[in-house]
Amino acid sequence: MIRTVTIRSAAGLHARAAATVAAAAAGAGIPITVRRTGRPAVPADCPLALLTLAATPGTELTVEADGDDAALDRVAALLADPDADRG
Amino acid sequence: MPPSTGWPPCWPTRTRIVGEPLRGLGVSPGVGTGPAYRLPDPPGLPPPRPVVDPDAERDRAYAALDAVGRELTARAGAAAEPAGADILRAHAAVAGDRTLRDGVAAAIRAGHEAPHAVAAVLAGHRSALLAAGGRPAARAADLDDLRNRVVAHCLGRPMPAVPEPGHPYVLTATDLAPADAALLDPRRVRAVVTAAGGATGHTAILARAKGLPAVAACPAVLDLPDGTTVTVDGTTGHVTTDAGTLAPAPTRPAPARPVPAPDGGAGRTADGHPVALLANIGGAEDLTGVAAEGVGLFRTELLFAHHIDPPSTAEQVAAYRAVFDAMPERPVVVRTLDAGSDKPLPFLAGDREPNPALGIRGVRTARRRPEVLRAQIAALAAAARRSRARVAVMAPMIATVAEAAGFAALCREAGLPSAGAMIEVPAAALRAAGILRVVDFLSVGTNDLSQYAFAADRRSGDLADLLDPWQPALLALIASCAAAGTAAGRPVGVCGEAAADPRYAVVLAGLGVTSLSMTPAAIPAVRAELALRTLDECRAAARGALAADDPESARAAARVTP
Repeated sequence: MIRTVTIRSAAGLHARAAATVAAAAAGAGIPITVRRTGRPAVPADCPLALLTLAATPGTELTVEADGDDAALDRVAALLADPDADRG
Repeated sequence: MPPSTGWPPCWPTRTRIVGEPLRGLGVSPGVGTGPAYRLPDPPGLPPPRPVVDPDAERDRAYAALDAVGRELTARAGAAAEPAGADILRAHAAVAGDRTLRDGVAAAIRAGHEAPHAVAAVLAGHRSALLAAGGRPAARAADLDDLRNRVVAHCLGRPMPAVPEPGHPYVLTATDLAPADAALLDPRRVRAVVTAAGGATGHTAILARAKGLPAVAACPAVLDLPDGTTVTVDGTTGHVTTDAGTLAPAPTRPAPARPVPAPDGGAGRTADGHPVALLANIGGAEDLTGVAAEGVGLFRTELLFAHHIDPPSTAEQVAAYRAVFDAMPERPVVVRTLDAGSDKPLPFLAGDREPNPALGIRGVRTARRRPEVLRAQIAALAAAARRSRARVAVMAPMIATVAEAAGFAALCREAGLPSAGAMIEVPAAALRAAGILRVVDFLSVGTNDLSQYAFAADRRSGDLADLLDPWQPALLALIASCAAAGTAAGRPVGVCGEAAADPRYAVVLAGLGVTSLSMTPAAIPAVRAELALRTLDECRAAARGALAADDPESARAAARVTP
């Protein structure tokens, strides 16, 4: 299963947002990966790896997992959250 | 020599007139007055020692990461504002990151001690964030704090505590980590001034949340003795003091630890034709665990990405010496500040440009701020004089012979032995012979040369085919530079990701390129491939690739061994 999301929060995928996404991915119970075009996929439950994607507003990311659409949707929605920098 | 770009003969100075304000960047509005007290710097990395017991060393690293995670979580609990607590909890999560631990374990297996292993892994992430520029670059400072805390734990030394003089004061620091900023009490601390930092850093965000006036990027504040009364204006970025004239800051060069020569020896073809294989680095920390013949691209802007004001001469000399002293008797090619509105350095930023890649970037920034380039060249010359490295300095984004000549004149005036030009603009590649009459060497930056030759934004995924380094037109531009070098008897190197492709390296050697600079990890594979080919085979591969009509045929032609 694959979802494509675009980063919308003004501050990009920063430390707090990365930690929130990682916590959700860690709770999913299945491996979820996030990929930025042209780079290796990184585990979605690793905040440092997410931070180093250096995703800024407009960056497209691909989220991928084997099965469990609900978990994948949760992670994708958190990545795409435009208010992530207020959290 | 044509001073056509109008570099004025002014040299920056650190000596201030009494009463003149120190200037930084106002990052949190308000005015605060009080005696200045400095937060001591955290402990630095100890000299490396061999790892005797890798398992124990890994446990030591993990234990330090665990302890730092707990410490940050505890500080999150004590933070007054929710924003501070969230940031610290996020940092604690990074300390627990599984990929960080895996990387640290691998670095320890490769022979690094726990603190060095953590520093090396975080340095990799830090470089990626800095290279991205903008907001992500501001996050690099957070990783520095994490590294400092882990190193302190590994050494069993405390992190320096925020001063408690017993009365309200102004806090000064090289940099202030969010972990400290989140716990500041505005009743005790009247204002904060840091040498590093910027408006989008976490410390600035936390100072604003507390209503605490703050000025960042004010390196001169480090020269103030404790107790000096200062007034901090967080709107204008001015720090006023009635202290007398300041002495120049002392230079604190890092201790020299020469990088070992590579195990496989110097780069050469099967028949012994030398092709130097050099490292691309952003600072001395990138040389940890590296064996290299030299440095072919030292990107100096990464050292100063946190500065709003130009870094002081003393800071620059120390940073350059840390690299030079690691490379005795070996070449170190330094690129002067390569910044522009696409990778902005606050102190070089101009107006917003509609087309940053075609605007004031690279050496062009000297048109507006010539004193920054002059000061950098002076600092490089001072560092070079005191080291045994073979230092060469080159300017990015040279477009004309006149620009190259102006830059070379600056370098020679300062006493630098070797000045070069980066070839990234097709106009410069077409006039390579003329440029080599005024400089000592060329270095081709393939990424930008390709972007400008093909009118294709290097960040555009949709145009990746145009940016393929095997495009014969790009090879032709490199070939004309190499031919000019051969004719003039002067070195022509290639730096850029393409040089790290072993097959491409063979073609470059065949074109007459004399050195290849790449990420250190790529050097062994390139060395091995070159060692399998004679110079004639390299030349045949180059001829084949140049004659091709498209990247695929160029790749195929380069594979045919005559």
